[in-house]
Amino acid sequence: MGTTPDLAVSAEGLVKSYGATRALDHLDLAVPAGTVMGLLGPNGAGKTTAVEILATLRRADAGRAVVAGHDAAREPERVRERIGLTGQYAAVDEILTGRENLVMFARLSGLGAATARRRADDLLERFDLTAAAGRPAGRYSGGMRRRLDLAASLTLDPAVLFLDEPTTGLDPRSRNGVWRAVRDLVGAGTTVLLTTQYLEEADRLADRMAVIDSGRVIAEGTAEQLKSTVGGDRVDVVVEEAADLEPAAAVLARVCGTAPRTDPEERRVSAPVAAADRIAALTGVVRGLDAAGLRATDIGVRRPTLDDVFLGLTGRTGADREGAARPAAPAPAPAGQGAAA
Amino acid sequence: MTASTAARPAATAPAPRSGGRFARFWSDTAVLTRRNLTHAVRSPAEPLLALLVPLMMVLLFGFVFGNVMAAEGTGGTPEQFREYLMPGMFVMAMLYSVAATAGGVALDVDKAVMGRFRSMPMAPSALLAARSAADLVRALPEIAVLIACGLLIGWEWTEGWDRALAAVGLLLLFRFAMTWVGILLGVLAPNPNVVGLIVYPLAFPLGVLSTMFTPPALMPEVLGRIAEWNPISAVIDAARVLFGNPRIVGDSWVADHPLPMALAWSGAIILLCAPLAVRRFRRLSR
Ligand SMILES: Nc1ncnc2c1ncn2[C@@H]1O[C@H](COP(=O)(O)OP(=O)(O)OP(=O)(O)O)[C@@H](O)[C@H]1O
Ligand SMILES: [Mg+2]
Repeated sequence: MGTTPDLAVSAEGLVKSYGATRALDHLDLAVPAGTVMGLLGPNGAGKTTAVEILATLRRADAGRAVVAGHDAAREPERVRERIGLTGQYAAVDEILTGRENLVMFARLSGLGAATARRRADDLLERFDLTAAAGRPAGRYSGGMRRRLDLAASLTLDPAVLFLDEPTTGLDPRSRNGVWRAVRDLVGAGTTVLLTTQYLEEADRLADRMAVIDSGRVIAEGTAEQLKSTVGGDRVDVVVEEAADLEPAAAVLARVCGTAPRTDPEERRVSAPVAAADRIAALTGVVRGLDAAGLRATDIGVRRPTLDDVFLGLTGRTGADREGAARPAAPAPAPAGQGAAA
Repeated sequence: MTASTAARPAATAPAPRSGGRFARFWSDTAVLTRRNLTHAVRSPAEPLLALLVPLMMVLLFGFVFGNVMAAEGTGGTPEQFREYLMPGMFVMAMLYSVAATAGGVALDVDKAVMGRFRSMPMAPSALLAARSAADLVRALPEIAVLIACGLLIGWEWTEGWDRALAAVGLLLLFRFAMTWVGILLGVLAPNPNVVGLIVYPLAFPLGVLSTMFTPPALMPEVLGRIAEWNPISAVIDAARVLFGNPRIVGDSWVADHPLPMALAWSGAIILLCAPLAVRRFRRLSR
């Protein structure tokens, strides 16, 4: 096959254009078998396009995709036998009931009538849909529909499962349910490629992640590796009065021994600090502020989150656009607000 | 993480039965035909409306225009005109069903569930074949209702049950051909809303420029030729022959052999449209 045998998904130089829009621009991806790969990227980055090409729904203009040992362009039928897909929008029949949906998909996967019915019942049970099994899927809530969709993509226990934003719009409990199901599958040996807007989701589920922007991978690695690219821990102080910003920055500079950054909008000052010195620095800053008579509304040591990674890597164009609106903000983007803006 | 009851999937998932491509195609088609028929039963507004239109046509043409057209056209009585008219109404119903088929396909193609079908190890052509099969099944009650309506207004078949059944068979064959026209238009349509705009301007002249209401001999020369060669005319006249209803015999070979012409036209339409539709469908949204 010419590819490393223990890669469940490998994409090399995928290119895809829709008219003048270049959705994928030489995308490379390698997912070792039995692992979870998270695909992160802003809206329009090309995540769905990548998933659709790997799941044989679309053809790449150039490049090569090998999924579960088969070339997605040349042997799509073989690939389809080994994959499951939960697309960005729930792909179930709205008029059929939940059970009818699962039986139909099982029959179309090649199961006999009796086996298909049994499989449908198993899946309904597993995704907590037995009570709603006789209702049309069109009348399910968003979360139930997503679970039904996920159940449908597991009909044949796929070797590779593609999940395109599987928990968008789910409440925390449903989201936990989906996460648990994914972990169970991975425990049983399934390889998962997951796109998401929720960095927490990637952080929890994915072994490795790739950040894509404008159709190409701009960073790839474990969550720790990615976080280390945006620097280490920082001490953050939010002051009550804007006038206190400068004196607070002086305190931070003295205690941490590093150059602090000021964000006037948030009234926040933050300075990098070595991991070993975190607590000493924090105590020092509290004392220093107190001694200077400065009032803080929030003080803390912050580790970089994937939000920082995400915004640090993909925020450039966004920041440029925003730059026109508020020119005075040189500070790193505020974290903990998610990528959605 | 809970030690959930979600058993090791590898152990629970059944293996798909093996089977030839052909067996898979038939079984997938059967499963999807059932899906389409379930849709028709659970949201019956569209199929019922589809039934209503030809019924209205029968009443409209049979009674409102019947007297005028009888005087101008066949030179016979309104009753004779209605006998002449009925086979045309059957065929018109089959012809206009293209809109329902094309609309159904265009809607289906737009649905998210299509993505799932396409990512599954099934025959993509089964999706189209199932649409054709389901619409063929839907044609049965449509024809039955039209026949009942015809009997009510004094139309009847005169050559016995076997020939009448053969006529119904011919109508179904023609409808089968029309399903493939509809499927092709459905996969070509850029979106479901334009389907009606495509179908009606095509179907209307085809219907009028045929032997449906008027014998070609009464049309201007060029239009008469077109009407004579129109596949719709062949099917209508073949139905007239089999039902034993009056028809105006023309002076060309085509007009004299409506039955072979109807079979040939239907076969040709299927052979042309089905492969084109399947090809187009496979390439959709790539
Ligand atoms: N069918 C299509 N026709 C034309 N352009 C498309 C089509 N699908 C996607 N695009 C364009 O391709 C680019 C990538 O889209 P894609 O859906 O892959 O992004 P995404 O990362 O999944 O975004 P999101 O987070 O919003 O789901 C976008 O610019 C989008 O507008
Ligand atoms: Mg997407």
